[in-house]
Amino acid sequence: MTEQNIGRRRLLKSMSAGFAATVASPLVFTSRGYAQEFCNNPGDKDPIFGFNVPQTGTYAEEGLEQLKGYELAVKHINGEGDGGLMNTMKPMALKGNGILGRKLQYVTGDTQTNTDAARDGARRMIERDGAIMVTGCVTTGEAVAQQALCHELGVIYMSGLTHGNDTTGKDKRRYGFRHFFNGYQSGVAIAPILAEEYGRERRAYHLTADYNWGWTQEESIRDATEALGWETVKAVRTPLGIGDYSQYLTPVLNSGADVLILNHYGHDMVNSLPQAVQFGMRERMANGKQFEIIVPMFSELMAVGAGDAVKGIIGTQNWNWQLEDEGSKAFTNSYGAAYGEPPSQSAHTGYVQTLLYADAVERAGTFYPPEVIKALEDFEFDGMGNGPTLYRGSDHQCFKEVLAVRGNSNPTSRFDVLEVIGTTDREKVTYDHAIFGGELGPYEPNQC
Amino acid sequence: MFSLSRKDVTTLAIFSVIVLTMPIWLSPLGAAYPGLMQKFAIYAIFAIGFNILFGLTGYLSFGHAAFLGVGSYTAVWSFKLLSMDMIPALIFAVIFAGIFALFIGYFSLRRSGIYFSILTLAFAQMSYSLAYSVLTPITNGETGLLIARDDPRAIDALLGVNQTTSGMPTPSLLGFDLGGYGGFYICAVVSIAAFFLSQKIFASPFGMALRGIKSNQTRMKYTGFDTKPYMLTAFVISGMFAGLAGGLLAVTDPIAGAERMKWTESGNIVLMTILGGVGTLVGPVVGAWLIKYFENIFSAINVNMLNAFFDFLPEGMQAVMVTILSKFVGEGWHLTLGLMFVVIVVFLPGGLVEGTERLMRWLRRRSKERDEPTGQVASGRTGNE
Amino acid sequence: MNAFLAQLLNGLDKGGAYALIALGLTLVFGTLGVVNFAHGALFMLGCFCAVTFRYFLTIETVTIDPTKLSPWGAPVEVRTPLVQSWLGDWGAILVDYSVPISVLFTVPVMLVIGIAMERGLIKHFYKRSHAEQILVTFGLAIVLQEIVKSFFGANPKPQPIPADLRMAADVGAWFGMEAQKLTYPLWRLIYLLFSLGVIGAVFAFMRYTTFGMVVRAGMADRETVGLLGIDIDKRFTIVFGMAAVVAGVAGAMYTPLLPPNYHIGMDFLVLSFVVVVVGGMGSLPGAVVAGFLLGVLQSFASMNEVKSIIPGIDQIIIYLVAIVILLVRPRGLMGRSGVMES
Repeated sequence: MTEQNIGRRRLLKSMSAGFAATVASPLVFTSRGYAQEFCNNPGDKDPIFGFNVPQTGTYAEEGLEQLKGYELAVKHINGEGDGGLMNTMKPMALKGNGILGRKLQYVTGDTQTNTDAARDGARRMIERDGAIMVTGCVTTGEAVAQQALCHELGVIYMSGLTHGNDTTGKDKRRYGFRHFFNGYQSGVAIAPILAEEYGRERRAYHLTADYNWGWTQEESIRDATEALGWETVKAVRTPLGIGDYSQYLTPVLNSGADVLILNHYGHDMVNSLPQAVQFGMRERMANGKQFEIIVPMFSELMAVGAGDAVKGIIGTQNWNWQLEDEGSKAFTNSYGAAYGEPPSQSAHTGYVQTLLYADAVERAGTFYPPEVIKALEDFEFDGMGNGPTLYRGSDHQCFKEVLAVRGNSNPTSRFDVLEVIGTTDREKVTYDHAIFGGELGPYEPNQC
Repeated sequence: MFSLSRKDVTTLAIFSVIVLTMPIWLSPLGAAYPGLMQKFAIYAIFAIGFNILFGLTGYLSFGHAAFLGVGSYTAVWSFKLLSMDMIPALIFAVIFAGIFALFIGYFSLRRSGIYFSILTLAFAQMSYSLAYSVLTPITNGETGLLIARDDPRAIDALLGVNQTTSGMPTPSLLGFDLGGYGGFYICAVVSIAAFFLSQKIFASPFGMALRGIKSNQTRMKYTGFDTKPYMLTAFVISGMFAGLAGGLLAVTDPIAGAERMKWTESGNIVLMTILGGVGTLVGPVVGAWLIKYFENIFSAINVNMLNAFFDFLPEGMQAVMVTILSKFVGEGWHLTLGLMFVVIVVFLPGGLVEGTERLMRWLRRRSKERDEPTGQVASGRTGNE
Repeated sequence: MNAFLAQLLNGLDKGGAYALIALGLTLVFGTLGVVNFAHGALFMLGCFCAVTFRYFLTIETVTIDPTKLSPWGAPVEVRTPLVQSWLGDWGAILVDYSVPISVLFTVPVMLVIGIAMERGLIKHFYKRSHAEQILVTFGLAIVLQEIVKSFFGANPKPQPIPADLRMAADVGAWFGMEAQKLTYPLWRLIYLLFSLGVIGAVFAFMRYTTFGMVVRAGMADRETVGLLGIDIDKRFTIVFGMAAVVAGVAGAMYTPLLPPNYHIGMDFLVLSFVVVVVGGMGSLPGAVVAGFLLGVLQSFASMNEVKSIIPGIDQIIIYLVAIVILLVRPRGLMGRSGVMES
């Protein structure tokens, strides 16, 4: 921070204070700004986390699941409940007595799956409630918007469900961290499974949601499948949220393709997949092969929403409660005991991100963001459900195993709609961060 | 130029005081933080501008969010290409929104009533769809247009202002930082200026002409009055207000996303205006504040806060209260909003401001009737009220 | 050629849905003069009538099996469907055909909802400004949505097509073309026929019954009809109920194509307004023609051949067509003058 900058801010503060004295009463202004050396320093008070998820609108269910994950994490960090992943995470600095000996508090907000509302919520948490960390989202738009804001205000942002490459690529930020996997990793992870299941001579037809996430996903899957020897017949862009995809599905039938890849997320996929099945694609033969549909990116709630159509469809997932490792079992147990149902990947992501941040603070010994960031960067840990994981310092993306899943053809309940059919090693899904460009920016907090 | 009627001066003074003292009176309401107060001031500008069209001419535009979006995109591009200073950003935001409004208004104003509404809606939805997808090189689509450290910023480079020594560049006014309260006071001053401007427009011959068009367009035409240029001017002014609001959104928070142009946003400003009272000067502003307040404060109340709030009650009572109220806050804040719409429109016809005035008049009349059972009104006393 | 025919089918299918949704809206517009922003919510309620019907059919008895444990140590619940255990095979068929049968359940429910809405709220707003009508109906729509959300959650509720109707029909073969060259989901064809049937029924009702005649007269000149001593208000209540029923059955039958969530009405609201206005205010045939026109044009605009010439045209086609039509024809396709023009 330069001299000139500090001077300017002081000047502004005194100016606005003077202004306030003339028009308003001086009691308005908190003296917080002078006492702290960084934004929302908890000082002697309890630290506050901001959980900002969609609670209304089309993604409300995913958001509310995430919120449950957050609330569970807070309990465990504060030493309530059975401790969950606190018992399995290695290394682990948290002691079950809060963070740095202080009890963790939290505030919540509704992003409405809208970037503006998400930023409003994050600002409220930071400016009014004094949140030291903000987390939560279900789309890449929300993630990028919030992490950019948090970087400007000097508060760390731990993203929730965001699958677009941009979050830790073109739009990455020093103050933003992503545990969730991305489109590139989906492509790499799904390719060997596809080769095994469907062979190396396939002709693929892409339907792609026409916005950033869809494009990056299509590109990643295309590269990965073409490397297998597949041919891409056509890639067609479809408008966001159109509902009825029939006019994009009919051309697929006689296009000479024998695989349909749906680069659709959330409700786009919930609509397009059953419609594709209704067009008889699953029963169809093309080029002497069984016609197949692939949905590269899955979530449990999306699978439930698509109903029977999801049976037998292959895709990828960040995490699934049916995994057999210690961490996954521990989390499923304590989540199940608390809420009476198995956790979704949305809940898992929220939980893990909270724990990772808290642990980083404990290790850094301070809430001062640059120190916490350094503690998270290149942090290597295990026992959180996806095997050994690296929080890479150069782009703040987590590297861990990626799951390939298939729609369960005979689910016993709405919780096992997806079954894990394979994992792809961390080494295979690791890539050079330079391929996506972008710049993390400085460590020093900007303003508050 | 600056003369106003005495009533208008009083209103302006009261409005200014209310806006500038927001940090005080919003504090007990839990809304006194810069982020929300900036939104209050900015949406006040948006609503005031919308009311110039809807309130004066009766033409209901369902596509005003498009101008908000254009203003934001222009401002962020100005930050990226020219300077982090807010003045060029706002000037360009207003100009571009005005040009855009001129284009849309020219076509839409060929029709009236609901046909006009649907035309504006169609234009705005087209802008939204294209901004989200095909125009991504300009708008950055889903993730929104952000500023970056290595943007060219020609004017800043020319003047040798280098903001990038530490952190991300932030918008400024002649070198002063616009974060937090600074940003709020800038928005507050601009919104007061906008309010003053709308008072002038309402009181001007131009405003009278617009009202004439509202009450009977055909009659105005028969008197040899060409209504079209008046309507178009009103539409463009209204669009420029929206552009100014959009520009300020980018100044206080440098990002511009396509969702700002979606029909739900246009619908929001329509609801804000109707809720507060169409055609009244303050009504739309009150409506905007109320909706923004619900969106930001009610949605953030969770079970923990309710439990803390009802801590004084015995345990069983506390649980009951929390269970009932939690349906109306947090994820249920929409329910409260919907109920509020219905209740206000049923019990306060004409919106909050007009409804309250009517209610006050009615109460006053009743109390007077009680004072004087004979029903005679002492004229001397009414003058003092 | 096949591609063209397939898109024509798509367009007609979409058009049927658009027309059906718009029909109720234009009825309320034209007769009652009310701008009903809760129309999308009525469609949504129709969808959830189908969901609720299936929910009742699939109510299960829950017994707890203490020998098996879930991963977190709670005993596993064993569920047995009630209807099947009572009715055997008939129960299974009933569950399988829940969506088409639910239409019978939807009609009375939506009629009651529609009449209650009109009597309870809408009728007080006939003389109020359009602005206030927008506010109150929008508020009502939000409240209805939130009620549905609190019962069913926010996630979509997929409804299956009956197993026998789940296939794709070989439409091409019906018309003597090569087999498997032009296939189309049977349910979509059923929906198209269903929408044509409902539209036909509404038209016949309006044209050939005394009730319909009075309502049409009321649309043209409400005061005069009132002066003739006819209680037009009572009939308007029924018209509103009818609009609710049409929107409701349109929603119930649509559920297999689009898994409904509580928000689905808002997604259709703007579209239905565009269809109604393009068709022309106060014109029933106009709404139907506009629905089919927009559906077909949207399908053709989505063809790869068209998209390669004008990128992104499929994103905006509906709005573009609306603008062009409204600029060329001042009152839409078949609108009457003076309705909703001020």
